[in-house]
Amino acid sequence: MTKSYEEIPLTPISDTPSTINLTGYWRVMRPVVDKSKCKKCTICWKFCPDGVIKLVDGEPVIDLQYCKGCGVCSFECPAKCIIMVKEGDL
Amino acid sequence: MREVMTGNYASAYGAKLARAEVIAAYPITPQTSIVEKLADFVTTGELKAQFIPVESEHSAMAACIAAETAGARTYTATSSHGLTLMHEVLIWASGARLPIVMTNVSRAMAPPWSVWVDHMDSIAQRDTGWLQFFCQSNQEVLDTIIMAYKVCESSGIMLPAMVIMDAFIQSHTSEPVDLPDQELVDSFLPPYSPDLKIEVGKPMGFGSLVKPDQYMEFRYKAMLGMKAARDRVLRVEREFKSIFGREHGGLLERYECDDADVVLVAAGSVAATAKDVVDSMRAKGHRVGLARIRSFRPFPHDEIRALAGKVEGMAVLDRSYTFGAAGAMFTEARASAYSVQKRPVMKNYIAGLGGRDITPRILERIFEDIQVVSRRGAEDEVEWVDVAGLQRRWR
Repeated sequence: MTKSYEEIPLTPISDTPSTINLTGYWRVMRPVVDKSKCKKCTICWKFCPDGVIKLVDGEPVIDLQYCKGCGVCSFECPAKCIIMVKEGDL
Repeated sequence: MREVMTGNYASAYGAKLARAEVIAAYPITPQTSIVEKLADFVTTGELKAQFIPVESEHSAMAACIAAETAGARTYTATSSHGLTLMHEVLIWASGARLPIVMTNVSRAMAPPWSVWVDHMDSIAQRDTGWLQFFCQSNQEVLDTIIMAYKVCESSGIMLPAMVIMDAFIQSHTSEPVDLPDQELVDSFLPPYSPDLKIEVGKPMGFGSLVKPDQYMEFRYKAMLGMKAARDRVLRVEREFKSIFGREHGGLLERYECDDADVVLVAAGSVAATAKDVVDSMRAKGHRVGLARIRSFRPFPHDEIRALAGKVEGMAVLDRSYTFGAAGAMFTEARASAYSVQKRPVMKNYIAGLGGRDITPRILERIFEDIQVVSRRGAEDEVEWVDVAGLQRRWR
């Protein structure tokens, strides 16, 4: 409901972090990691523009709740261990 | 303590005396020595501030926005293409209600390339929601920076301010400037403490999305802030005068206007020349006056209206041109005068673009022209002054 100008702050302020937006739903292509080929170089972790790759024992674990499927990790991976597959195909 | 210094150094001293805590700036002619001086102050420890060298003016303003959101008093300075590159983030700063203070050394826009004064860069930012103060002297630059923080950081205002001086005519010209005592400035300007700021461990989003059902109310509040700034500017200047013994004329400085038949409305350094011309013309019996627009935003509507009711002719000098219309100061002044019953004849003079000198002779001719026009009416409402190839001679 519209609030009176007297009831609102000077600028809209939100105490809800933007992590409530599960951007993984935007994804068309999904990264799939073949850990047997992973060299633990961490390049995918460094390049992920959304910061959704965590390293567990040096290997990437991608948070699919937020990964938008941009494919940067797959493109950058020197060992070619991340492939992009169409959502629903695999 | 009086020292001889350029407008740029006066600007740097203003930011230092105001105890700016974060300075983010990118150098551009003719603003560079402001940033150099501030970098010196920070390096030598004379000013306890975080100095952030950035890669562009857009980033400079973005850094100021972030610092101000975290509750720091911030300062930056720019000019011309730097200012216009900031345009998007200038609107963010005002919408986020962040009282950042910035010096703009007003310089012409390219092409043709020019590093000299005109006001197009500043005028092009008039709708960004920033307060805009045009200064006439180096002393006024220093004083206005200190006053601007006090005006803008008040909870009823919370908007950013641009302190404007003319390229080279002020930025690189030395004048005696009184440096007020730090203790006095501290007593006048307390530390910045906003009601709400971003804090570590307390995640918050500032300036988040609102739907059409709530957007206008936020804009309405910003309008109220700008409106309240009119009174606030006057009150702060009265307090400033009581402490420092100086004032600069409120929103509209009136010089010899009380019994004037015709007045010239102008902003910036040209006003100083115009005051000399008023004196010499008055010595010859002409009742002329000068009204200097000190605050372009908020615009001195009431002051212009009161003046328009008393004079027969009003010449408005613009050091920029709004293509497809007229000079911006003229259109605003004329709009203010519209509600006056007995309106004066008004005429716009476009002069001094790209650093062209506006000499005393030219100003005298403008006064003579408005004297004639005030009796006969104006054939052309907008006249370009001192353009080679036009028939009328101005020099």
